[in-house]
Amino acid sequence: MIKAYSENYFQKTGIEKPLAPRESRWREGWSLLKRNRLAFVGLVIFLFFFLTALAGLFLTSGTKPVFDPAVVRLEEKLRPPLSHAKLEILSSDRVPRLGLYLFGTDELGRDVFSRMMQGAWVSLTVGFVAVGIAVLIGILLGGISGYYGQNSIRTDQIFLGVILLVGGSLVVMGITSLGIILLVIGGLLLIFLRWLKKRPVKGLSNAWTRLLSIRAISIDTFIMRFVDIMLCFPSFFLILTVVALLPASIYNIMIVIGLTSWMGTTRFVRAEFLSLRDQDFVTAARALGVSDRRIIFRHMIPNAIAPVLVSATISIATAILTEAGLSFLGLGVPPPHATWGNILSDGKNFIFDAPWLTFIPGVAILIVVLSFNLFGEGLRDILNPRLRERS
Amino acid sequence: MLSFIARNSIQKVITLFFVSVISFLVIHLAPGEPSQVDPLNPKFTPEMVERFRQQFHLDQPLTIQYAYFYRDLFTGKTVSWKDNQPVLKKVWERFKNSLWLFVVGTLLTWTLSFPIGIRSAIFRGGPYDRSATFFSYLLISIPGFFFAYVLIIIVVTTLHVPVIDMETFGLGSPPWYRWVMDRIWHLLLPSLLGATGGIAVLSRYVRSQMMEVESQDYVRTARAKGVPEEQVHYKHALRNALLPFVTMFGLILPGLIGGSVIIESIFAWPGMGRMAYEAILARDYPIVLTVNFISAVLVLVGTFISDVLYMVVDPRIRL
Repeated sequence: MIKAYSENYFQKTGIEKPLAPRESRWREGWSLLKRNRLAFVGLVIFLFFFLTALAGLFLTSGTKPVFDPAVVRLEEKLRPPLSHAKLEILSSDRVPRLGLYLFGTDELGRDVFSRMMQGAWVSLTVGFVAVGIAVLIGILLGGISGYYGQNSIRTDQIFLGVILLVGGSLVVMGITSLGIILLVIGGLLLIFLRWLKKRPVKGLSNAWTRLLSIRAISIDTFIMRFVDIMLCFPSFFLILTVVALLPASIYNIMIVIGLTSWMGTTRFVRAEFLSLRDQDFVTAARALGVSDRRIIFRHMIPNAIAPVLVSATISIATAILTEAGLSFLGLGVPPPHATWGNILSDGKNFIFDAPWLTFIPGVAILIVVLSFNLFGEGLRDILNPRLRERS
Repeated sequence: MLSFIARNSIQKVITLFFVSVISFLVIHLAPGEPSQVDPLNPKFTPEMVERFRQQFHLDQPLTIQYAYFYRDLFTGKTVSWKDNQPVLKKVWERFKNSLWLFVVGTLLTWTLSFPIGIRSAIFRGGPYDRSATFFSYLLISIPGFFFAYVLIIIVVTTLHVPVIDMETFGLGSPPWYRWVMDRIWHLLLPSLLGATGGIAVLSRYVRSQMMEVESQDYVRTARAKGVPEEQVHYKHALRNALLPFVTMFGLILPGLIGGSVIIESIFAWPGMGRMAYEAILARDYPIVLTVNFISAVLVLVGTFISDVLYMVVDPRIRL
């Protein structure tokens, strides 16, 4: 009935009936992407790289891999790319797949193609996991400081935080007993403060409670000063320090790169949240009584995510470069495992005799990083509303 | 203005304090100890290790160690754990070497990226602009260490000049013009490599800034009233487009230290980055912490200078 009424209404008044946009946002974005040739190429290369890395993970691992990156053939060292294996001197289980070295062999006679396949997965996961960590921290801290920034931290909360932090770090350091005692004290204090808030005790002197509830510093200031502090460290140098001191493993590298590169995202998200907070649709939502969580996740994050996505895509490129640089310095993934950085770093000693050992991983890194950069820039254009309207 | 400077400097000192605490904690809480760096060395008897620990206050609690370290740093008495040389003297010597790279690299960056960016903006969409865009992406994406080897191969095989290290080995004391030429050849590649990323990023930034200004109303007005095209670009648009770059003079300061580790290692350039890298590997904490502290100071001073410059240049900004 309502439908009939509205049909009637539009006919009578002659107002154009509101239509849903002819194309959904995704399809519109897709058509914009296809028009942006560089970004499209970037996306295609990225998908190709993703499939290669996935294939590399399955084809080079296991007990009898299809492409074995670990077989050492000392009689076949430094063979150029596309050369055939000498079947007469190799025992049958050491013959490479297809009987030929697609990318040549290195100084131990290992098949460079298999090693590249194995290394692709490392580059991919380092890029995505590190940036994932950074973006998560960035959205969390930036969101808190943009949305709840005006609230302030009270002295009792600082006190509590310091006790818990010191306790936790003591446990991590290995002084377990003292750490656990501090953690327990902190926990009891937490419960006590909760209880105190519910029913204020008359007996406690007023001065003490007042001292404990001074509004010391606003959350926004606190988080942003922390960002400033983190920005003071030269990032590659910091990563280098931490990676050199920790035991060498791929997970440490991912975590360290992630933990040292969240500052940009935090600033982005905070700025977006600050401007979105005061916009009418958020005020309207708040006036309707929508809960904070729903406002943040359904109304604000979808509107704030565009610049984050762009910067995330570009930071994946940076993270891959950083990992390759660390591998190159010999601080990356421990040796038997191949990464593009350490293939290049081993190959540089034979740069005049076996240039493919330098050029194949170098060009591979270049192409992958380039594809992420191009795609990120294209994404920026696609998500830019000014360009969207013009098309 | 004065109140801004006062407030800002207090804030920066507080930040610096926290940076010093965090960097100290990161280094000292990491697993492993400097006294155990070489456990298989027969010279390191337990007594030696104990003496070592006592000499450098390693047997004290962390807070005391922190106080000792920064007291020594400010009085200039910090010594390296490896060779007992004063840290500040070592840093200063390496700093002089790094300064060469930094100055040449910065000059290259700033003199190349402005013409490229401005030309791209003026002829936007043309073949020049498109190839400049593509090359800047290429230069941002190329791994520095790979590019370094490509350039080394090209230069060494075609020009037959030595490029590794600061000067040709066994050069002795040649006449000054040979020394200058030798130094130029050795400087060229590492400083160019240090500048590539900067050139790519800065020229893109110049381009977008220039395009933004050129699309503003007053530029259209200038065109409409018949100002020659040349004058519109360089007198009306460029002057305003240059504003944000003034602030960048402050922000290049931290580049004195960071980011040159890989290039300095490849070219065996005895600079700060390489010293820091070697110190990290040898767990020579005083050097690591000192370099970290200096670079934090440079970052803070750099942002401070850029804020003040911005205020001086642009009267609309009130901080």
